[in-house]
Amino acid sequence: MTPVKNTVPSPHRGFIRISGLKKTFQPRDKRFDVLKGVDLEIDRGDVFGVVGFSGAGKSTLIRCINRLEEPDEGDISIGETEITRLSKRELDQYRQKIGIIFQQFNLLDARTVAGNVSFPLEVAGEKKEKTAKRVMEILDLVDLSDKADFYPGQLSGGQKQRVGIARALANNPDILLSDEATSALDPQTTLSVLDLLKSINEKLKLTIILITHELNVIRYICKNMAVLEDGRIVEKGPVRRVFEDPKSETAKLFLKIDAGFANFGWSDGEGI
Amino acid sequence: MNKTTFIETLQSAFSGKTWAIVTPAIYETLYMVFFTTILTAFFGMLLGIFLVVTDRDGIYPSPRFNALLGSVVNGFRSLPSMIVIILTLPLSRMIIGISYGPKACIIALAVTCVPMFGRLVESSILEVSKGKIEAARSVGAKNRDIVLKVLLPEALPSLIRSFTIAVIAIVSTTALAGTLGAGGLGDVAVRFGYSRFKTDVLLAAVLVMIVLVQAVQFAGNGLSKFVLKKRHLI
Ligand SMILES: Nc1ncnc2c1ncn2[C@@H]1O[C@H](COP(=O)(O)OP(=O)(O)O)[C@@H](O)[C@H]1O
Ligand SMILES: [Mg+2]
Repeated sequence: MTPVKNTVPSPHRGFIRISGLKKTFQPRDKRFDVLKGVDLEIDRGDVFGVVGFSGAGKSTLIRCINRLEEPDEGDISIGETEITRLSKRELDQYRQKIGIIFQQFNLLDARTVAGNVSFPLEVAGEKKEKTAKRVMEILDLVDLSDKADFYPGQLSGGQKQRVGIARALANNPDILLSDEATSALDPQTTLSVLDLLKSINEKLKLTIILITHELNVIRYICKNMAVLEDGRIVEKGPVRRVFEDPKSETAKLFLKIDAGFANFGWSDGEGI
Repeated sequence: MNKTTFIETLQSAFSGKTWAIVTPAIYETLYMVFFTTILTAFFGMLLGIFLVVTDRDGIYPSPRFNALLGSVVNGFRSLPSMIVIILTLPLSRMIIGISYGPKACIIALAVTCVPMFGRLVESSILEVSKGKIEAARSVGAKNRDIVLKVLLPEALPSLIRSFTIAVIAIVSTTALAGTLGAGGLGDVAVRFGYSRFKTDVLLAAVLVMIVLVQAVQFAGNGLSKFVLKKRHLI
């Protein structure tokens, strides 16, 4: 097996730096230590995947990056900006530079496709004409120009996620976060959405961080990856390296499951 | 009441003589319902928005203010409308100088109906998924954007249904206030139908109120459905 190097050393190393990130939820008298000290460095232009089982803290981690969750401890910086130090106002501004897409799409049902995509521009105070032009540009990019006047209620899951992507890209962000964006889609649609993400990563030099519980997604579009287990990163590196030579138990288990349930034998207890 | 007298009463209920009494009362009722509705819509919406926004899990958490507002609302809601109207009639004297008649009652009616509509607005807005709010947050939307461009438009079909319920409640509360000197259909129904045993007038007033409520419900349902259809949600 020849280790393949996926990352090219570049002047953009460590574009996103996360260090000592901790997050605890304390609903009522309970206490959940969800992130227990996460360190990550992600390069500009990377497609970085975080994989982990349900409840590992993936969503919490990605949501800390645009501070939809407030981290308790640790630092997150993007380029020269320390996200964790931004005031509310600065944060609103900065969020325009970080797009996010969700598993449940979270489109506004009251607005058309074009209206959903123009939303970020409206709240950023962009002029009407410029907004309209930008909306058409972006809809063209995600191949939905002919659906501009449709309502989300008229779209398929894949189309809805394209609108989600278009909305996330409206303000020309540097980073796109993806929280299980393809997990509600069938395999074929997943593939087409991933192809879209791939192409915008290349065309727009966008850094993408995506979290998923599906290794296929990581294998298909990520260059580097990390494995999150119970609030800690247990393994990270180029995707090929992790797949071909997993070090952590979680990564090994993931790969075994990924290779197919056949690896666990038949329902009658027979081995393979 | 035997069969013939019932039919006679029915005929009498549709006679010109009866309607000479009922028609002015319809105008008074519509007048009170209209202005009470405007006041209730405005202040009830504000109240509902404040209740949602300042909640512990809201977009501008302010638990103490929320608890205070909540208990004031509950206080009003725990009293029968009749009592609230009696309590607030002196308020009308303070604001518009008189404490009787349709105008005075509009204020008392609004005070009775705002807490109710406020709670309805609150529950309508709470139906908007957290995910939509987060999506808006993630592109830098401020609280004002979230209220005006996310919560209200997304909740619109439900808000219309809540509003319909509120208007119907206003119609019946207005009838109740009529018995306390506000005039209108309630006043006529009680003065003629109850005190003077004029069942024909009572019947006519009741019919008008039923038609009024049906019309409001029909319009509300239709409008809510129209919005849902437009958005392809049904
Ligand atoms: N707001 C919250 N309050 C309490 N617990 C939470 C909250 N958000 C997430 N959690 C808990 O944190 C853990 C990790 O959640 P999450 O980050 O969504 O995991 P993943 O996305 O990997 O499935 C879960 O056990 C979840 O119940
Ligand atoms: Mg998750």
